[in-house]
Amino acid sequence: MAAPPTPLEMPAPYVAGSTEPVIVFEEVSIGFEGKQVLDAISFRLARGETKAIFGVAGSGKSTILKLALGLLKPDSGRIYVLGEEVTQMSEEALFDLRRRIGMVFQESALFDSLTVRENVAFRLLEEGNVPEEEIDRRVREALSFVELERTVNMFPSELSGGMRRRVAIARAIITQPEILLYDSPTGGLDPVTSTTIIALIVKQRDVYKTSSLLVTHRLQDAFIMATHYFDRETNQLRALGSGAHGEVPMTFLILRNGKVIFDGDIDELKQTKDEYIREYIS
Amino acid sequence: MAAGDLFSGVDLISPAEFAKEKVLAIQEYALLVWRSLGNLFRHPVYWGDMLQQADLIGVGSLPIVVLTGFSIGGSLALNSANTLQRFGSLSLIGQLVAVGMVTELGPVITGLMVSGRNASGMASELGSMVVTEQIDAMRALGTDPTKKLVTPRVTSTVFMLFFLTIIADACGLAGGAAVSSLLFGMDWHQYWSSAWQALVFRDVFTGLLKPVLFGFIISTIGCYYGMSAQGGTQGVGRATTQAVVASSILIIVVDFFVTRLTMTLFGYH
Repeated sequence: MAAPPTPLEMPAPYVAGSTEPVIVFEEVSIGFEGKQVLDAISFRLARGETKAIFGVAGSGKSTILKLALGLLKPDSGRIYVLGEEVTQMSEEALFDLRRRIGMVFQESALFDSLTVRENVAFRLLEEGNVPEEEIDRRVREALSFVELERTVNMFPSELSGGMRRRVAIARAIITQPEILLYDSPTGGLDPVTSTTIIALIVKQRDVYKTSSLLVTHRLQDAFIMATHYFDRETNQLRALGSGAHGEVPMTFLILRNGKVIFDGDIDELKQTKDEYIREYIS
Repeated sequence: MAAGDLFSGVDLISPAEFAKEKVLAIQEYALLVWRSLGNLFRHPVYWGDMLQQADLIGVGSLPIVVLTGFSIGGSLALNSANTLQRFGSLSLIGQLVAVGMVTELGPVITGLMVSGRNASGMASELGSMVVTEQIDAMRALGTDPTKKLVTPRVTSTVFMLFFLTIIADACGLAGGAAVSSLLFGMDWHQYWSSAWQALVFRDVFTGLLKPVLFGFIISTIGCYYGMSAQGGTQGVGRATTQAVVASSILIIVVDFFVTRLTMTLFGYH
């Protein structure tokens, strides 16, 4: 499984051995149109950790990401992101916090009236004080990371679904955020393209060690992430030995009927006695 | 046929729920208006986006405004001449066209034209951005969509509608002049001097106050329906239609009240 080369050499925000949580959900509940989607869920994402969130359609996976970003407000409970309580923050204050977080949306959500360069550089252009040469350099680096340097002047409508997803990743990582949120990054893609996207996510995880929440309904994606690591020398994904763990902690969180029914690593997942989970992962 | 069969597939809503929805919509609209105005005094101000919108709204609407202004002025002169001829007062045609165009038809017709073209454009553009999560993406990237998308549209529409209305008034007067001189053989100079003399401060004030209010209505309604679009492409279509209908009706209703208000202010009865 080949992964693209790593041209970026930026300092990783990961602090080895640090377990300080970057995201904390405490008894968070939210419902829409009378239906309870999340019912008093609690979990933590440690700094440097990658957590994959599973659940059937409509189980509130994407809602968790939107709550973490403050795009939605919970009906009850508290959410802390990078030490700040997002549930109490004004929209204006949230904009500053969101600049420290990267998000890859389910359908990419690229701005269709802007070119790939303008999409990827959106944050830098909004800052207004970044020199053009610096913007060009960082756009090239981010696009190089996702192997799409040649699309710089194209519009999103000219790209395939997989390419759009890769541009969305480039847009999310260009400012090297402290947290990355992936909302079904492989949803609607063919298996080959899905593997390319997962390879990029693993590479991002192992190179930059950014704390990440990954929502997916494809269990195999999360298993690849848990059982492989990115080899920087060969620029490839390599399988971890049996029972071995990667350098970056990887955990799983499973939702059912608005509740968290599992939160643990791959070994705990394999040993679970819960019938529903066993059926889900089989 | 039972009542249940008759209404199957139709979502019936209780009056209380309906009222609650409307109050909520007004509240959301008021908040959007408040924020879009407040953003003018907050950093950053998107001058580039304002200029782009001004070009799109102002320059883009120029051909239809010129054409409709000229035609309406011509029609007004044609209809007025028919009546004035009976009383031997054809010389008053310039006055009628001037007052009618400047106080009423110029602002209203320009408002309705720009509403049809731009309220729909804003609602569909912003609505598409909402349903494809581009608005959420913008918020996630740390940019306020009201500041980036709504405020430039509101500012540019208000600014450009003001000048478009002046152009429509001028074209309407020119249309009236063309009809008066070509069809009724009226002296060109007589027409323009009677038109010029008929206009007083109150007429010009009313005629220039209206486009400011209409521009505000068009842009805020267009943006509100766009930003609150739901339900995929069908929802975008619905938002577009609602934006045009609501802004057109509001323009006509507000026109009546502004006319009455300025009459009271200037002591006309």
